[in-house]
Amino acid sequence: MQPAIEVKHVSKRFGNVRALSGIDLEIRAGEFFALLGPNGAGKTTLISIIAGLTLADSGSVSVMGHNVITQYRQARQSLGVVPQELVFDPFFTVREILLIQSGYYGIKHNGAWVDEIIERLDLTGKANANMRALSGGMKRRVLVAQALVHKPPVIILDEPTAGVDVELRQSLWDFIRQLNHNGHTIVLTTHYLDEAETLCNRVAMLKEGKIVALDSAQNMIGKLPAGKSVRLRLLPDTLPAALQTLQLSHSGGMVELRIDTYAQVELILSALRAAQIGILEMHLQQPDLEDVFVNMMRNSGNEVT
Amino acid sequence: MTGFFTLLYKELLRFWKVGFQTIVAPMVSTLLYLLIFFHVLEAHVEAYPGVAYTAFLIPGLVMMAVIQNAFANASSSMIQSKISGNIVFILLSPLSYHAIFFAYIIASIVRGLLVGLGVYWVTLFFFDIPLAQPVWSILFVVLGSAILSALGLIAGIWADKFDQLAAFQNFIILPLTFLSGVFYTIHSLPAGWQYFSHLNPFFYMIDGFRYGFFGVSDVSPYISLLIVAICLVAISMLTIRMLKTGYKLRH
Repeated sequence: MQPAIEVKHVSKRFGNVRALSGIDLEIRAGEFFALLGPNGAGKTTLISIIAGLTLADSGSVSVMGHNVITQYRQARQSLGVVPQELVFDPFFTVREILLIQSGYYGIKHNGAWVDEIIERLDLTGKANANMRALSGGMKRRVLVAQALVHKPPVIILDEPTAGVDVELRQSLWDFIRQLNHNGHTIVLTTHYLDEAETLCNRVAMLKEGKIVALDSAQNMIGKLPAGKSVRLRLLPDTLPAALQTLQLSHSGGMVELRIDTYAQVELILSALRAAQIGILEMHLQQPDLEDVFVNMMRNSGNEVT
Repeated sequence: MTGFFTLLYKELLRFWKVGFQTIVAPMVSTLLYLLIFFHVLEAHVEAYPGVAYTAFLIPGLVMMAVIQNAFANASSSMIQSKISGNIVFILLSPLSYHAIFFAYIIASIVRGLLVGLGVYWVTLFFFDIPLAQPVWSILFVVLGSAILSALGLIAGIWADKFDQLAAFQNFIILPLTFLSGVFYTIHSLPAGWQYFSHLNPFFYMIDGFRYGFFGVSDVSPYISLLIVAICLVAISMLTIRMLKTGYKLRH
């Protein structure tokens, strides 16, 4: 099956700064994909190159099989991009903007779809308001709507939830998830790693212009050296001898025990019961994508997994 | 073609929504020029034999209003979109370079012509101006405004800041306009100045435009037409090339 996005050996410099060095990446059609990395890692540069806003120094990029330089019209027709910055045209209303944007993509009578997106993004009350009058969150929704007017098979969202309240964040993800369900390929960047972990099939981590990890979130977490643990506050604050070998730390009245499987929790509980030690507080700790991220960014991380 | 027509419609709507500022205000300032020059000079100067100074001046002022507004429209639309960042919506779209070029240029020509027609229409109430060969006037006003629209687009793409755009306007467009014979016939100039005026492409636009009114001009309208057409083709090619290579638009 043809990949939704294919990036081959792409490099880009800005003056003395190497923004991207030799990126190879294939995003399959129908994937929900996350590009993660600290600020300045090259996420936005990579997205800009895919969108044709930035020109790569070397390498090639195609969207749905169309080269973004030589077949720019077909490539752009296949792509919807939600830019990171809150940009807007102050001369027009929300509905005008969306109809104009449809026209740019060659769609003449798009009223029905435009009204549907307006409704799905909770913009109905603001449809005839000037862009200037909208709050930041509302402007963000319009940006999402603009990227969807031409029903692109591939949608890229560059930090769509930055500065957005919880409610909108959830309704936005519901909508995007449904689009993905209907067959649209979704690529996103975000600083909220829990979003990436719950939403995405695969995750790429960028660091200093290179991909340092590329896998599903579950596989990445599974490969972490640090495993699961359970943290307990006990009364009295002592640990039976049988559990001493599992102890990872013991400070501030909290004891942390290492576990390999959840079945071990039962063993811990019965050992405590036998020793007549009460449990005041208990937390189950498991590594998440954030631990992977911190681990990756701390290590030199030059190898690609 | 839908993409082109949509961008054209958007560009027309953009200035139409602020029509007081983009059409009425420049009309008023042009008519003020006319009022002042009429008051000071009418009794003293005759531009061509039998042609009163005011009659001579009006086509010059109309053309000046047209080309200044054509330039202002393309340049300000482009730089505003660049600085506010909403140019991204055009750059992300599958609009071809030619569609972008023609949409900006035609919208700017329309604004220039609206201002020019407005000025001309008002002067008709007060002055008797002949229109000997209107086809020539139309030809030159369209070509001239197209050149200035393309120059406006170039300036808007090139300038990173509003003061760079203002420099382009004040140090290139304004001197070329004022020294092109808007206010005088170049035959009234000393020989050296006459020579320099002939190097100014704006001179041919205005001279050719005026020929349509009086049937008299400083140089043959055919020569003017050739020079204006060559300028338009050259500047258009440069503009399209800038759009195609993404100069200052795609990094």
